[in-house]
Amino acid sequence: MTSQLVPPVEQGQRRSMPLPRPGTKRRSLRHGDRYWAYLLIVPTAIGLTVFSIWPALQTFYFSFTKWGTFGGHEWTGFDNYTQVVHDPELLRSLWNTVIFSVMTLLGIPLSIGLAALLNTKGLRWVSVYRAVYFLPVVTMPAAIALVWKLIYNGDTGILNQFLAVFGIDGPHWLSDPATAIYAVGIVSIWSSLGYNMVLFIAGMQSIPGEFYEAASIDGAGTWRQFFGITMPLLTPTTFFVTVITVINALQAFDLVYLMVGKASPAIEESQTVVYLFYAKGILQGDGGYAAAIAFALLALILLITALQFRAQKRWVHYE
Amino acid sequence: MSKRISATNAIGPKRSHLIIHLVLIVGSMLMVFPFFWEVSTSLKTYAESISVPPAIFPSSPVWKNYADVFLTLPFGAQFLNTVIMTVARTVGQVFFCSAAGYAFARLEFPGRNVIFIAFLSVLMVPSQLFLLSQFQLMQRFDLLNTVTALALPGIFSAFGTFLLRQFFMQLPADLDAAARLDGCNPFQVWWKVMLPLAKNGMLALGILTAIWSWNDLLWPLVVNNDPEKMTLSAGLSTLQGQFLTNFPVLMAGSFLASIPMIILFVVFQKNMLEGIASSGIKG
Repeated sequence: MTSQLVPPVEQGQRRSMPLPRPGTKRRSLRHGDRYWAYLLIVPTAIGLTVFSIWPALQTFYFSFTKWGTFGGHEWTGFDNYTQVVHDPELLRSLWNTVIFSVMTLLGIPLSIGLAALLNTKGLRWVSVYRAVYFLPVVTMPAAIALVWKLIYNGDTGILNQFLAVFGIDGPHWLSDPATAIYAVGIVSIWSSLGYNMVLFIAGMQSIPGEFYEAASIDGAGTWRQFFGITMPLLTPTTFFVTVITVINALQAFDLVYLMVGKASPAIEESQTVVYLFYAKGILQGDGGYAAAIAFALLALILLITALQFRAQKRWVHYE
Repeated sequence: MSKRISATNAIGPKRSHLIIHLVLIVGSMLMVFPFFWEVSTSLKTYAESISVPPAIFPSSPVWKNYADVFLTLPFGAQFLNTVIMTVARTVGQVFFCSAAGYAFARLEFPGRNVIFIAFLSVLMVPSQLFLLSQFQLMQRFDLLNTVTALALPGIFSAFGTFLLRQFFMQLPADLDAAARLDGCNPFQVWWKVMLPLAKNGMLALGILTAIWSWNDLLWPLVVNNDPEKMTLSAGLSTLQGQFLTNFPVLMAGSFLASIPMIILFVVFQKNMLEGIASSGIKG
């Protein structure tokens, strides 16, 4: 059977090669392994070094410099980090990012409920529903943003026209500083619902069926089973999804850039940390400060993730 | 007791299923509405697109909006740029990541753990950390406003390496040994024995990479500002801030830009969802 794995041509070639002495064959093969291993790894290793590891180190250096208007930069020590701590604009962007993160977290209970419904035994059309709820995940954010801008439009948007039926005078959702970040947050929930749903369905399907059989013999109904079995045994998935959601939300950029945008009067009240990073580093050429913002964000992500891992002992049940 | 259970089993499911379907259908309508609105608006006249009360359907479909997309944007060029970038990143990642993933999973070599930890650290750091320096790199090599710049950094992926390493680790251990006894070197084992067996993993990675590349915004936005060299994602975003936006044409453009990945998803739904369920990490 194993010989089928090697095409005849290879075998012919092998025969023509000088055979190593029986005793040394094994050792020389093992020793040669390392070169093959390096050969297989080297493209990705070089690529990641050039495009990720080196840039991260260089950005760390940038974060201690001030960039001149005409190129070049000078060492300014911790000035940028001092500025990070005292900058009201950054503080505001941090607050917006927190609002946005909390909103996307609200999508998690929603996707658990959805996954539970789709996990109902014997339910039909499950794959159709799953595809429908997943659709926004694969759709280009630029396209999503355009259609939601149309829906949110203050004067002619269908949302405000719908609200007017009930006598509600809707705001200009995306240009009103009071509503913009929330309006973007709702789109974010809408577009990530299906993604979390897939993870939760997988989590639910890994719960052994015996638990439910035992519970129903004891007379536990659907709700008791959901809160008594599904929710506790799903906590590793819930934890995982929460960690990923927070990490992604802290890096939110696309929807804010696309739906609010630099020209909007609401941008200061809705820009996220990464948007501010983009504005400083790319639009305003203040790369040193942008680099410091990026590292402050990294520190924040590491801190929050570490806290979550510490807190998991309190609520996550591993078998 | 047992009687009650059988009773709920007999009547319960049908009625409860009906309610579940009802909830799911209402939810589906909320999910699908923006897509419906996009397509419907793309076929309206401008007046219809801003009419009060709203026109739910166009009175007669204006197909010309789709032709106008090509006048508003260099849509053809941007479509081609997006295709080239997506294919280059996808093929590159699947090839290089499967090579590295195999080596990490099945071969022993000095420094394996250190190198692997270096890869993992890249996975955990937010990509904004790379952006400024990557941009300067492209500038130095005179690659700004080229399709090469769009694709290049995205070809190498710590995530893909990690994902495929997991796949290779699940394969039975005797496979390598058997092929090695037959005289294959590690490269041949990877290419002839392992790759065919890791097909599902590679397909999942390929589809995820294709969709993330196609939809990627920040990097294309930063590296190419010539409309002829932009991707669709960046191109559409340049239309956001404009006054007097022609909504029907914008919607036609959005629809055309997002349809290829929707088709890819519908075709490879199963592989993609499995890939996400097993990796759980978003690009």
